[in-house]
Amino acid sequence: MTAAPAEPRREPIVSVRDLQVRFQTTDRRATVKAVDGVNFDVRRGETFGIIGESGSGKTTIGRALVFLLKPSAGAILHDGIDPTALSRSAFQSHRRDYQIIFQDPNAALNPRMTILASVLEPLELARVGSRAERERQAREALERVGLPQEFGERYPHQLSGGQKQRVVIARALTLRPKLIVCDEVVAALDMSIRGDVLNLFADLQRDLGLTYVFITHDLAVVSHISERVAVMYLGQFVELGPTEAVAERPLHPYTIALLSAEPRPLPSSMRTDARIVLQGEVPSPIDPPSGCRFRTRCPHAQALCAERAPDWRELKPDHWVACHFADRPNFSPN
Amino acid sequence: MGIGQPAQRGAEGARDGARPLMSVRGLGIRFKTAQGVWQATRKIDFDIAPGERVGIVGESGCGKTITGLSILRLLPGNFAGLDGKILFDGIDLASCSARQMRAIRGKRIAMIFQEPMSALDPVFTVGHQIAETLRVHTDISYDEARAKTLEMLRRVGIASPERRIDDYPHQLSGGMRQRVMIAASLICGPQLLIADEPTTALDVTVQAQILELLRDISQTSHTALMLITHDLGVVAEICTRMITMYAGEVIEDASVDEALVRPLHPYTSGLLRSLPHLSPRHGRLPSIPGRVPSIAEMPNGCRFRARCSHAVKGCEAEQPLQEAGGGRRVRCWRFAELNLPGALHPPESAAPAMVARQ
Repeated sequence: MTAAPAEPRREPIVSVRDLQVRFQTTDRRATVKAVDGVNFDVRRGETFGIIGESGSGKTTIGRALVFLLKPSAGAILHDGIDPTALSRSAFQSHRRDYQIIFQDPNAALNPRMTILASVLEPLELARVGSRAERERQAREALERVGLPQEFGERYPHQLSGGQKQRVVIARALTLRPKLIVCDEVVAALDMSIRGDVLNLFADLQRDLGLTYVFITHDLAVVSHISERVAVMYLGQFVELGPTEAVAERPLHPYTIALLSAEPRPLPSSMRTDARIVLQGEVPSPIDPPSGCRFRTRCPHAQALCAERAPDWRELKPDHWVACHFADRPNFSPN
Repeated sequence: MGIGQPAQRGAEGARDGARPLMSVRGLGIRFKTAQGVWQATRKIDFDIAPGERVGIVGESGCGKTITGLSILRLLPGNFAGLDGKILFDGIDLASCSARQMRAIRGKRIAMIFQEPMSALDPVFTVGHQIAETLRVHTDISYDEARAKTLEMLRRVGIASPERRIDDYPHQLSGGMRQRVMIAASLICGPQLLIADEPTTALDVTVQAQILELLRDISQTSHTALMLITHDLGVVAEICTRMITMYAGEVIEDASVDEALVRPLHPYTSGLLRSLPHLSPRHGRLPSIPGRVPSIAEMPNGCRFRARCSHAVKGCEAEQPLQEAGGGRRVRCWRFAELNLPGALHPPESAAPAMVARQ
């Protein structure tokens, strides 16, 4: 389990280079920089977590990773190739390997289709095998996510939220993807069901060798499931590193504040009063602050932070941060 | 004052050393549906002392929101009936006249909701909406109401309230809207604030600000807080007592510290153990098998028993909410023999303790 720095890093399944995604506002007067210069690799077989508050751009990255959105600039490489350079038909079959699952299973399932019909649909679109073969594969996928046979004939309204999310997972599995982007996939589920679904994701990864990009606002979920985690703020990554390091020895003031703000179910004897409550709210991505984007809320901001954007640097092995002063020891409360 | 059975709850009153601000006794809510009348909650019993901060926790559908709404008699159209009593300072809110209710609602008991945008009227300024509560309940001039509104906006942490008071809701961010809702709910100085998932729609850094505000206001103005949430972390942050609900019943009532360290009900214990950040990283999460029984087919006896790993013969008998010592109450007849793990026990060390007791 000792991760020696000399160990060769796994080859990336996804490489993101200087990714930018911009949207026009409806009146076309302004541009929202939803994602503004992000660089990272997703390694084969890992779970890569992206955490951020609403409007940070995490969902936009997720959609861009599977080409539901076109990058405005920069590149996303799947297995070293640029899918946008492929022909239309090659692109269609390529993207089967890269699936996405969303937060709300109610919105993802057609209420007028049976569960089996919903799970069959991707196989039919991809024209996989014969009809009998497709049905066998769909039933296999349902079984894999722990749903009994008879569920195939039911309709979405007859299932609970956790069961519906399992159906959506089964449907994403039918085309045997290499990577699944999971966007807030447990946020809509009750606490006692969440554990079950997270366990299912872990089992599927082990059995099928899947790679996940797990997008969430929930620190507990991301630190439980991910090997590495990226912290996003206003369209940019502010920190990226192994989950243990980011959660226990964070380098960026925003990460430190985020961890400190998380309500923890601990009795008063185990509480520390060293809570950092950030003032204000996230500025608009239409007109982000100059220099470091976090400086307007940062308790450590200095003149330099307004003048120059901090470099994205590897301060410790595999642990990246964008902050001018991240190497100052007095930052972290511990 | 006709409290149903004062003997049962003597210890509770003595513990707090004060008369409760509100006593809920045997509260049950029924709804009409196409399939007949359904019992959404039943036999809800609890007290809230003046200035006390109580968390009502449970998963969706357990009846926590409807319990909060029934206190203010804000019940949906298919409401079929209310059983029991809600005694608030000597008045039974379950049976008082609509006129009496209006005098209490908004003035002595206020409520805030999860989504401030749907609770605020988009066509009036926030200042108008905050002052409206004040003008309905008190004889106050326009200028006085405006001055009080400004003061309240400042108190809930709105920067430059002179400018914000004439803003419309859409001009404010989510966190600011929730601050405006809190200002509107507190303007008449209520004795009890019911907050239903007040921070669920907010980002974690803004959530921390709002929780701090609620705690601060409850402490400085001695306002009791009934916080309805599914998030045990939020309860631990600001409440002193935690009432856990399951399938329309109260199943445990204890101080937050006791409930987190040593829960007495298997459901409370299961919930605490299923939280991700308390389990070893990348390990399997303990989870509660099965699902909440449907309201149409509630089992007799313990409603949790089909999912409970401690269920034995005897659990099918009706479970009263019984005193468990030290002012705690639990709806499980086996509580004394089960040594259940709480939030602090690592799951692996907890298991032998449970086996040893059997």
